[in-house]
Amino acid sequence: MTTAAAPVRAKRVLPGFTLSLGTTLLYLTVIILIPVLALVLKGAEIGPARFWAIVSSPRAVAAFQVTLIAAAIATAFNAIYGLLMAWVLVRYEFFGKRVLDALMDVPFALPTAVAGLSLTALFSANGWIGAWLEPQGISIVYTIWGIALAMAFTSVPFVVRTVQPVLEDLDPGYEQAARTLGASELAIFTRVVFPQILPAWLAGCTIAFARSLGEFGAIVFIAGNLPFKTEIAALLAFIRLEEFDYNGAAAIALVLLFFALVLLLVSNRLQAWAARHRGV
Amino acid sequence: MISISSLTKNFGQTAVLRGIDLRIDAGELVALLGPSGSGKTTLLKIIAGLEWPDAGALKVNGQDWLTLPAQKRRIGFVFQHYALFPHMTVRDNIAFGLTVRPRAERPGKSVIAAKVDDLLGLLQIPHLADRFPAQLSGGQRQRVALGRALAIEPAVLLLDEPFGALDAAIRRDLRRWLREVHQKTGSTTLFVTHDQEEAFELADRVVVMGEGRIEQIGSADQIHDRPSTPFVARFMGAVVELPVTLRAGRVEAPGLDARGLERRAMADGPAQLFLRPDAIALEPDAASPWTLAHKTSTGAMIRATLRHETSREIPVDLPRHSAPDLAIGSAYRLRPLSGAVFSLEGTAPTEAPRPVVSLKEKRT
Repeated sequence: MTTAAAPVRAKRVLPGFTLSLGTTLLYLTVIILIPVLALVLKGAEIGPARFWAIVSSPRAVAAFQVTLIAAAIATAFNAIYGLLMAWVLVRYEFFGKRVLDALMDVPFALPTAVAGLSLTALFSANGWIGAWLEPQGISIVYTIWGIALAMAFTSVPFVVRTVQPVLEDLDPGYEQAARTLGASELAIFTRVVFPQILPAWLAGCTIAFARSLGEFGAIVFIAGNLPFKTEIAALLAFIRLEEFDYNGAAAIALVLLFFALVLLLVSNRLQAWAARHRGV
Repeated sequence: MISISSLTKNFGQTAVLRGIDLRIDAGELVALLGPSGSGKTTLLKIIAGLEWPDAGALKVNGQDWLTLPAQKRRIGFVFQHYALFPHMTVRDNIAFGLTVRPRAERPGKSVIAAKVDDLLGLLQIPHLADRFPAQLSGGQRQRVALGRALAIEPAVLLLDEPFGALDAAIRRDLRRWLREVHQKTGSTTLFVTHDQEEAFELADRVVVMGEGRIEQIGSADQIHDRPSTPFVARFMGAVVELPVTLRAGRVEAPGLDARGLERRAMADGPAQLFLRPDAIALEPDAASPWTLAHKTSTGAMIRATLRHETSREIPVDLPRHSAPDLAIGSAYRLRPLSGAVFSLEGTAPTEAPRPVVSLKEKRT
């Protein structure tokens, strides 16, 4: 005679799965989904014609332009500087390395307004650096370069901190293998090391760019905020809000949101492409 | 031909190599055998140019390799964990050593492709050419790693624990196959292993290393039958160490019937006898200080434990069908079938043996 075996229920290693997932999903909804949804709904309320009129107004277009160009400059700089910094921090031993490593987090920790103030003080015509640059005909403060500078300052840790761990985990065997196979040091970097840190580097650059698009606190001090010249999109949205023009603010914010989403998508695609060999 | 002399290397306070002298002839297949920490991998990496010695000389075919960077040595190095480039296909991995050459020395695309196809055939993996390393099994990765090393037609082929990460059945297959590849390519090959069976089965000559020194160089039989130092004897599985007295070339000790051992041309005096547990027979002898403490059967073998008067215990492995009816508590004398003897005054062992007599005290 056989008896039916009682079904065995697999036990989860950690209890409280339902509770923990529920909490995090709720939090995600309250903090991220609802605000984004509200923004989109607010934008939809305006109506397409009105929306287009707001975002294609000369002042808004100029603001988007300034924001995008400055963010592109800042990201291009950070892409190279951040990679170099990560390389130096991982590959070399030198006096003060730990201090330098800790300093890389300062832009994260520093209030952006403080960063903006100190950058302005340094680069204004009578600041330490500005006093030296101004006679050469180079002005940073109240130009797009100042905006890019502030963006670069606040977003460089994103590149360093995404590349650094990947570089640290890179098996030295790859480089040794390439060396025994006769590869020059340059070939080792371009053909063996760089392709492997590429996905992380792309990810870091994308986040740095996205962060630059949204930077506000550090920029408003150094930019001068002249409409059509050095007014960034986030500031324009803020000004519209101050004027109780909620629709105007929402429309500009929506465009920024759109940029951010497109960036995320592009970044994911690029990373998937760069890491295509990892799939099994 | 590789010629190594007086090579030393320290990592900080730790001496990793303490004077290595070794000659390897062209076309030879040599194993560096030793426990972990014996310096064998460091020696291999120095030959490859991935580590640099503190002193000594390394010459290959008369050329001083210590002035050559790794890139210029034309070596094929197979890493323990293969170190295949994960972002390249199998084909690109194998071709790497050819495609990185400066433009002037680089073979044409079609030449490289043909060469890679040849190697894929030799490695018996043509169907894997377009896969990425992440999509391969351990044995397949091993083949690709070897192919990548062979592509540059290396002057010397170096393999670091080539089969260490694979399971037993695949190891045996790959061993036979590596032997074939060696016969076909004829390249001077040096590999590192801690597995005796692997070393003896594969290599023409085995170099046994321990604690930064070469303990013995020889064939499987030589090392097995005539270990030249206590270290080698112990490494070869002679874990039973008995204090004995040498008299007229014969070893003597209570409860020991050493007639099965050949005479040694050694001075009289205290000595240490090294025996493998499976090279000891037991005979009933009421006068022996050894009594049977317990026994278990593994099916083919009986593992007996004998206890000395001094309550020291030794293991003895006997074939079950030929073993007498061993009675627990009875006294037996030991009759070694083979063994190694080292005089306590003679060659100092590199490591103090654990049992009974403390060699350290006698040595100092």
